[in-house]
Amino acid sequence: MKTEDLKNNQEYKYGFTTDVENIRSPKGLNEDTIKFISNIKKEPKWMLDWRLKAYNRLKVLKEPNWQKPKYPKINYQDLYYYSAPKSASEKPKSLDEIDPKILETYKKLGIPLVEQKRLNGIAVDAVFDSVSVATTFKDELTKKGIIFCSISEAIQKHPDLVKKYLGSVIPLSDHYFATLNSAVFTDGSFVYIPPNTKCPMELSTYFRINASETGQFERTLIIADKGSYVSYLEGCTAPMRDENQLHAANVELIALDDSEIKYSTVQNWYPGDEKGVGGIYNFVTKRGACRGKNSKISWTQVETGSAITWKYPSCILQGDNSVGEFYSIAITNNFQKADTGTKMIHLGKNTKSKIISKGISAGNADNMYRGLVDINNKASNSRNYTQCDSLLMGNKCGAHTVPYIRNKNSTSTIEHEATTTKINEEQLYYCNQRGLDQEEAVSLIVNGFCKEVLQQLPMEFAVEAQKLVAISLEGSVG
Amino acid sequence: MLNIKNLEATIDNKHILKGLNLDINPGEVHAIMGPNGSGKSTLANVLSGKPGYETKGKIKYNGESLVELSTEERAQKGIFLAFQYPLEIPGVNTNIFLKTSLNSVRKAKGEQELDTLTFLKLIKEKASELGIDEKFLSRQLNVGFSGGEKKKNEILQMKLLQPKLSILDETDSGLDIDALKIVADGVNSYKNKENAFLIITHYQRLLDYIKPDFVHVLSNGKIVKTGNAELGVQLEKTGYSNIV
Repeated sequence: MKTEDLKNNQEYKYGFTTDVENIRSPKGLNEDTIKFISNIKKEPKWMLDWRLKAYNRLKVLKEPNWQKPKYPKINYQDLYYYSAPKSASEKPKSLDEIDPKILETYKKLGIPLVEQKRLNGIAVDAVFDSVSVATTFKDELTKKGIIFCSISEAIQKHPDLVKKYLGSVIPLSDHYFATLNSAVFTDGSFVYIPPNTKCPMELSTYFRINASETGQFERTLIIADKGSYVSYLEGCTAPMRDENQLHAANVELIALDDSEIKYSTVQNWYPGDEKGVGGIYNFVTKRGACRGKNSKISWTQVETGSAITWKYPSCILQGDNSVGEFYSIAITNNFQKADTGTKMIHLGKNTKSKIISKGISAGNADNMYRGLVDINNKASNSRNYTQCDSLLMGNKCGAHTVPYIRNKNSTSTIEHEATTTKINEEQLYYCNQRGLDQEEAVSLIVNGFCKEVLQQLPMEFAVEAQKLVAISLEGSVG
Repeated sequence: MLNIKNLEATIDNKHILKGLNLDINPGEVHAIMGPNGSGKSTLANVLSGKPGYETKGKIKYNGESLVELSTEERAQKGIFLAFQYPLEIPGVNTNIFLKTSLNSVRKAKGEQELDTLTFLKLIKEKASELGIDEKFLSRQLNVGFSGGEKKKNEILQMKLLQPKLSILDETDSGLDIDALKIVADGVNSYKNKENAFLIITHYQRLLDYIKPDFVHVLSNGKIVKTGNAELGVQLEKTGYSNIV
């Protein structure tokens, strides 16, 4: 590949900005901002009270700093907490009413908002900065009793479900970023699958940061009622900017008896340039509760973007025989940093968890797996299997594995395997000798390394994810 | 096709090839024999473009200077090396590897890339010629393959990519007699007037099945003797000590 081609390829292809008129909250974090958000979303009083409670709690919390990637102090008073395209201030009722510029944005991003793209078989909720701009396939889902809408809409139309479950997995006062989110969250998705229902299509949310100096505080809540099943995907992109932008999301999953939630993420926020300028701070709290017996929650994440990724999608295995899974690929290149992993909290009997983590580090990047396996004294016969593999490319990057294991039950079984390898020159030579150029060879070898995780993704996403893996590492060898 | 003049090669300050001359024409089979450490594998590595070697002298391949081409360009232009120790690539399906490889070569030649269905049909055919079970193609590349399976896989790749110059680096080592016959049949069925072979081996036994036009003895980085197939038979009896 010629140098120029390479350069063009390496460029973050989602880095454009959409020029739309925005409605913004006043700058800064205070009660007025929270009231502004709640007001513009026409929220009931209980919701505003909940937010204010979180805000009061936040005042006494300190930002955590035990993570490996350090970052300059964030000035929370210098951010906008709400920014939405003016055209979306009244949520468009149909796709025809959406600002064509926004439709065009999603088209460029490859997200099928127009329902004619039926073949994709994916229902999409599109979140643009602080608001959900469109949710597709709603009617079809409604026929089955499935609720798939923005969290803002759910607060108005399904208050009982929201009241019952919001904050039930990530409590208001959990930690600094989670509490911040509870105070100022703007939009995200809400999913409810009724008992004994298998959701007939993939549900997906596409998050887009567009406005500058804006934090995105996404809130997603998914409830799988007894005997139900849902597969949910999220994708994320942002424009290229010199500033670091904060994305602090809370995602809560609740799985009742005999239900299953499969949650997949392809995170491709702007990672900053090759010198480490700009990029998203992706500080996210994701937690699922396997509340019912025989329930299952499976997290799959492909993390290729962001300047700093800091998240631990976790499972609380409360129900007997419940299962938690975490499959992760974290790729860091240039000056990107990741501190990611999972927590598996075993409370019920015969609970099982599985952790497969693949960390890939190139350039000057630093990649950390940090995970907790916690087996409670009542969780008899529970099992965990953990496998953490790290792949290093070049001499300036780092890979670290920090597993915490806490076991209070003698009948449980815990296995942990970890490897760290450098990309093998002989393998590259072998591929080159078969006619593959350096980029193709790296992509092939790395995709092979990640295979166990990639095959967890739904088909439509797996192909995209494989390409993304290759693009993220372009120019890192040779 | 291949003209090597005064080739010298050094790696990690070790001077290994010290003025090697060799000409290979289309349709010819050349065997290179010689004691351990004489530079046989180095020759294969230098021709295929393995990184790390410093070279002097000239290598012309179809009139083009080989040293200026990258490893993949040489492969795309028809130089194939059957590895002495084929590499394992975990997680990579053999079929996908073969398809990616074939399409890279086709693309470089300006030919249309094959879609999955056409490819699968082609590979099934080639595999059955070598008595390779289809199941083996959906396994991870060379992972957990026996020595014989790995070598057969190399020959399968050769037949798939249709190179002009095939270099076999001790392909016979570690093969039982049945696998040896299959490998030799694979080579013989591919051999034609357009392509050439450079077979590196320690033993005559492979040459019982693949008849060479020339046998060269490599010693201390140079070719010290060249003969016809008879030379190989003679070496088997007397060893290298009379020559080197």
